[in-house]
Amino acid sequence: MGAAQQSATGTETSGHGTNGGDALRPNPGTSAGVLNTNAVGEADMVQLLDADGNRHADATFGPYVDALDSEALRGFYRDMATVRRFDTEATALQRQGELALWVPVVGQEAAQIGSGRAMRPADYAFPTYREHGVALTRGLDLADLLKLFRGVSNGGWDPREKNFHLYTLVLAAQTLHAVGYAMGISRDLAADPTTEPAAVVAYFGDGSSSEGDVHESMVFAASYNAPVVFFCQNNYWAISVPFEVQSRVPLANRAGGYGFPGIRVDGNDVLAVYAVTQWALDHARDGHGPVLIEASTYRVGAHTTADDPTKYRMNAEEEAWKAKDPLTRLEAYLRAEGLADDAFFEQVRNDGDELAAHVRRATLALGGADIRQKFATVYAEAHPLVAEELAWFEKYEASFADADSQTSQGGAA
Amino acid sequence: MKTMTIAKAINEGLRATLANDPKSFIMGEDIGSLGGVYRVTEGLKAEFGAHRVMDTPLAESGIIGTAIGMALRGHRPICEIQFDGFVFPGFNQITTQMAKIHTRSDGQLSAPVVVRIPYGGGIGSIEHHSESPEALFAHTAGLRIITPSNANDAYWMIQQAVECKDPVIFFEPKRRYWLKGEVDTENSPGDPFKAHVVREGTDATIVAYGPLVPVALAAANAAAEDGRSVEVIDLRSISPIDFDTVEASVKKTGRLIVSHEAPTFGGIGGEISARISERCFYSMEAPAIRVGGFHMPYPVARVEEHYLPDIDRMLEALDRAFAY
Repeated sequence: MGAAQQSATGTETSGHGTNGGDALRPNPGTSAGVLNTNAVGEADMVQLLDADGNRHADATFGPYVDALDSEALRGFYRDMATVRRFDTEATALQRQGELALWVPVVGQEAAQIGSGRAMRPADYAFPTYREHGVALTRGLDLADLLKLFRGVSNGGWDPREKNFHLYTLVLAAQTLHAVGYAMGISRDLAADPTTEPAAVVAYFGDGSSSEGDVHESMVFAASYNAPVVFFCQNNYWAISVPFEVQSRVPLANRAGGYGFPGIRVDGNDVLAVYAVTQWALDHARDGHGPVLIEASTYRVGAHTTADDPTKYRMNAEEEAWKAKDPLTRLEAYLRAEGLADDAFFEQVRNDGDELAAHVRRATLALGGADIRQKFATVYAEAHPLVAEELAWFEKYEASFADADSQTSQGGAA
Repeated sequence: MKTMTIAKAINEGLRATLANDPKSFIMGEDIGSLGGVYRVTEGLKAEFGAHRVMDTPLAESGIIGTAIGMALRGHRPICEIQFDGFVFPGFNQITTQMAKIHTRSDGQLSAPVVVRIPYGGGIGSIEHHSESPEALFAHTAGLRIITPSNANDAYWMIQQAVECKDPVIFFEPKRRYWLKGEVDTENSPGDPFKAHVVREGTDATIVAYGPLVPVALAAANAAAEDGRSVEVIDLRSISPIDFDTVEASVKKTGRLIVSHEAPTFGGIGGEISARISERCFYSMEAPAIRVGGFHMPYPVARVEEHYLPDIDRMLEALDRAFAY
């Protein structure tokens, strides 16, 4: 059993059944040991499915996967393949000039699908700007994600419909919103015990972990025992800056300093991510407070379509990570167990192409944006300056219409 | 009518809000048992409990950021920032997040958070305890900024700030916390974003807000001894600015003085001067004149009397306006 697992299980055994209190106290005997290396080793990580597709036993987290039926397991593959196909299409749309920018997710599908599928409808996700896979699991129309990147909206969906917040481009700002939202859930429960228990997932990356807001969010989460799961996708590169510049220890180790469990998980193993996130969400929903999950994964492509990873990292590293691909290992497992056949994978491919076609159609149909809508949404209540500037703008616009009509009349005469 | 200080009026306003709106609560550093470093929240924790008057960790970004999250969940946080100069660790959350959530969500979400900030100088304090950063916030669309200058406004405007659907920065003139005035707890003074003409006059207009309103009134009284009739406008709202009230006054008086403690350069006074020049060009006898702080970090307390606009500097500005 790895050190991180000990952290989780240790707190589970000592903390369950109590509301806060001892569950919050750091437990030096069981929290993840301080490692002296940032090596991409697997020894200290929770892993249920290795890179060759073999299942590993695990007393704590195994049962979460054992409870899944074959349809759910196939669903993980379908989701991961779908978001990868979507990503390919969005990248193509950017290259064709239809999007201003795209943020690829290839390589991180397991971290996103596993964590997203562990959430219940009442739970709430606060993404960064790369959580396309989580968006899929929350039931969003993926085409809506492209409104931001096409420049027709700064959002693109109503976050309350699927409990999936808007993307946030200022790094780590959303981790505090997530904690505040979780504190709000606690307040609602205190005011009305019939409120549906729920937890919040705060997504952020290894680069964001250096931002002060991540620290403050963890301080607040611990202070108020907020039902929040910090889900860090450590993809080892903050654009061109490697993880070694962000941290001397695995990020999961930091949780001990705040007094809550930290779990390091193989982020390319969808089953392990699912199980670990389920455990953490149960922990949070049951009133035991926050959990930090570090999903060790890899951003196979560029940070964004404006990035060029060939300038800062080696081919060999990328190849090594491609060998740990989350889709191929699940495919191997599903085939070996007889849970899926050629027809299934063919169907997934066809459905992915259909989705890609839908996304393309929807994106091209978006058309332009109207600045009047921006005037209308600066404030929730009427604002005289906005009204004055809009009135000026309308008059200015109308002056061109007059000029146009005079020109055409002149031409006719 | 009750007579109370501005600090007490805000305290009473917060008490009324907490009593009337179960979703409202106050959060900040030292606001619970201590009652805030200025005792503005005194007694509220004892009355409403730690749940409604919440001492937070010492982290301004954390206070604002978690308040945004709680507002998204339907709660109404009222944050206290201990001093003006300490708001900057929370500046990112206010300007890039709180101010923009309504427009970023295409109108679907809002973050109706109130951020209370004691601001301004004149209390002989040390650095970061006397600043007037309102222009930095006013430049950010999506925020509303109000500042009371008297107890009645203080009592009502804090309640109106919490009721507003937009985020509101509530600047409290800390050197006037002990200024007493009558509070009518039955009748609201109305729209918090509308300026008030607090002294009628015919020859010149002084626009001020927050801590400088009493100074402007004193200057107008002194000017009256020289036979000059000076109108004084308490702006009350820094964003939006009630230009209509200022315009009507300047069209009547022909002269405009704008005064604030914040540095003159890039300040609210420049915005008012420019807008009123556009609207009242043919009515003006003199260019708009600004009376503000100098282009320097707020200076040490032993020289702040030379930095802060006072009666004499307002009278000097009036002399210049009348010399055209």
